[in-house]
Amino acid sequence: MKFGIVVFPGTWSDRDCYYSISNILGQKAAYIWHKDTDLSGFDCIVLPGGFSYGDYLRTGAIARFSPVMEAVADYSQKGRPVIGICNGFQVLCEAHLLPGVLRQNDHLQYRCQWTYLKTINTSTLFTSKCKQDRVLKIPISHYEGRYYADDDTLKELEDTSRVVFRYATPEGQVTGEANPNGSLNSIAGIINKQGNVLGMMPHPERSCEDILGSTDGNLIWESIIASI
Amino acid sequence: MFLAKVYVTLKPTVNDPQGLTIKGALHTLGFGAVHEVRAGKYLEIKVEGNDVQKASSQVQDMCMKLLANPVIEKFRFELEEIKPA
Repeated sequence: MKFGIVVFPGTWSDRDCYYSISNILGQKAAYIWHKDTDLSGFDCIVLPGGFSYGDYLRTGAIARFSPVMEAVADYSQKGRPVIGICNGFQVLCEAHLLPGVLRQNDHLQYRCQWTYLKTINTSTLFTSKCKQDRVLKIPISHYEGRYYADDDTLKELEDTSRVVFRYATPEGQVTGEANPNGSLNSIAGIINKQGNVLGMMPHPERSCEDILGSTDGNLIWESIIASI
Repeated sequence: MFLAKVYVTLKPTVNDPQGLTIKGALHTLGFGAVHEVRAGKYLEIKVEGNDVQKASSQVQDMCMKLLANPVIEKFRFELEEIKPA
């Protein structure tokens, strides 16, 4: 299968995604410049991490008006898989493909560290290879990762099993101390209603080899590959 | 030409760690009377044209489409006519 990796001005995790998809998982991958609008031939679109447009105004606010985003919206409406990682998650929220917003971490510090994720919903196309009792060790690297949504939206997400990942302890306990940024309900990743658009703050592409300290991120890519 | 002064502020229900930190710093500096600080954004936008209603509706549109995120923010703006020098 072929992954399309969107590159905005200021995207920085595109090559890490390319590396893990092609070198580690042996799949095809290609970059998509943000001014391109032809997504035919891709089986999954990746919005990688970075600082699109310098994070000016709000994270993701300007990237969402790049020409490629209209094509990404059409693509997602056809039920095809889209994954947004870190800045990609922020862009998906600004583009209203996912609800809510990612705000400054509650402690106002940039955090680059390992996090431990509990997979809450293992029946999505992004998590079929994950298990609820198997904690994922995947790093974060962000200043604006505190998930926020109004009470009604949050309730809807919870009631419909659309919270996919929560920050937890290495043992899988969801506690306040294990929450690295103050996200509501310890949310690390959510999915849209249709179940084909995932946003997550942790970086699966940076936990793809033992030498990096974890290979748990591969479970997410492997789930996507298995679904196509 | 008009000058739009746009104020983007957090909704009252949204917490503001930046505002809290600034409040803490002001208290440290001895401004004990500071009860609350809310941080927001201020933008100045020059808009061409001489129809105030058109300019106003354009700025309104800009705020709704890009300048404010309605999930967490609200906005208001003032318009001033800029006379040619």
